[in-house]
Amino acid sequence: MLDWSYRLSDFLLFSPRVYWRMFELHNQALWPLPLATLALGIAALALVLLRPQQSERWIAILLAILWAWVGWSFVWERYATINWTAAYAAPFFAIEAAMLAIVGGLGRFALDPRGARGIGGVLLVTLALGYPLLALVFGRSWQGAEFFGTAPDPTAIATLGFLIMARGRSVLAFYPIPLLWCLMSGLTLWAMADVAD
Amino acid sequence: MAIHGSTRRGVLAGGAALAVSTLASPLRAQTVQIAQRAIPSTGETIPAIGLGSWITFNVGDDLVLRDECAAVMAAFFESGGRMIDSSPMYGSSQPVIGYGLAKLGAPPVFAADKVWTSGDGPEQIEQSRRYWGVPRFDLLQVHNLVTWQNHLKTLYAMKEAGRLRYVGITTSEGRRHDLFEEIMRNEPLDFVQLTYNIVDREADERLLPLARDRGMAVIVNRPFQQGDLTRELEGEPLPDWAAEIGAASWAQFILKFILAHPAVTVAIPATSRVDHVRENLAAATGPLPDEAMRQRMAEYVEQL
Repeated sequence: MLDWSYRLSDFLLFSPRVYWRMFELHNQALWPLPLATLALGIAALALVLLRPQQSERWIAILLAILWAWVGWSFVWERYATINWTAAYAAPFFAIEAAMLAIVGGLGRFALDPRGARGIGGVLLVTLALGYPLLALVFGRSWQGAEFFGTAPDPTAIATLGFLIMARGRSVLAFYPIPLLWCLMSGLTLWAMADVAD
Repeated sequence: MAIHGSTRRGVLAGGAALAVSTLASPLRAQTVQIAQRAIPSTGETIPAIGLGSWITFNVGDDLVLRDECAAVMAAFFESGGRMIDSSPMYGSSQPVIGYGLAKLGAPPVFAADKVWTSGDGPEQIEQSRRYWGVPRFDLLQVHNLVTWQNHLKTLYAMKEAGRLRYVGITTSEGRRHDLFEEIMRNEPLDFVQLTYNIVDREADERLLPLARDRGMAVIVNRPFQQGDLTRELEGEPLPDWAAEIGAASWAQFILKFILAHPAVTVAIPATSRVDHVRENLAAATGPLPDEAMRQRMAEYVEQL
């Protein structure tokens, strides 16, 4: 039987300070890699807009590499030290990476940035690439900014943006993992809003 | 008339600076004796304020924050504290405690932990012990009654073999009190751990009297409702009569209310701040309220 006496914050295992310092330490350890992955993201978006047919394979492979990298370096190695549920999430990053690598390798990832879906996808990818600015908007140090390609949230959001631009029914199989990650992360941020350091 | 400026920040403004110096110096002997409470099953006494580790000690591999936790532990021991409580559920809290204990040169800790798994209890307990770096735990508790029959068997066997001193069970925030009570009635527990504070007083009705009847020590968790209670009261003035029981802040007001209950053995507030841990331990010095005063305290908080 479900116990409805639990609040969302009851599932929060760490303080906001520890959470945000985790991104600072991650950026410090990897710098300047976050800038490089961000640049790759900008290049990928530009390629989709300018030469979609030539970019499809490489974008899928790029996303595959970044999902594998973020899943291992951030979710498994870093986040799981303060949140044991992250250890269960990390393998799903590997699954998403494998799926993207397969469609990229087979050349089955078809992108079309035109129309309403194209606009929506481009906006979502742009939002993900601009994610580091949120640190400044919310008064946190830029050193703890979350970058596409090294932090999970902007990586998942950008992936959703590219998926929106992708054609074919098989693309639906790629949605659940980034969507579930965004849900889990959103709930964490929501719970942290109720808790002081 | 009321005492203003009674927030933790206001009362203890200079305390944070002690964090740095505390780590740099060896542990000093406490100057003020904090209240000691007897564990009913053995008569052994322990300080009435312990240290929880839920959330506050889950800092992962962050060395800066690990050192801050070690500073909190140093201040805790220096002020006369002994019981530290943790759980495998608390993320990295166990290795962080182990880091602090090693850094402080293995101070005399009363090591209280929990077993929390539907799988292999002994394996988890051994992993916890390695994280702490202690030869054995003083107290092991079944966390939130998870698989409690199996785990109690394990804990009794460990106690029998001399690899554990005390056995207990835990719950929090009023959950599963019926089953908790049933286990208390039927099992030879040394400790029970539950939530009790000036606004969460459900345990007053059955569990606390039963603990006294059954000769079980009581550990009180979440005395400040994970900080919600002290945050809500922060802007409110302490009543002037708080001085009669030596409470200089809402935290001390709440802790004194808890410690004055005759069934309570130890309260285990968690904190990541050196000034707060000193303030919490100071609540176990000086006078405690009598029953009439406790009633007055609860009524005062309720009307705020």
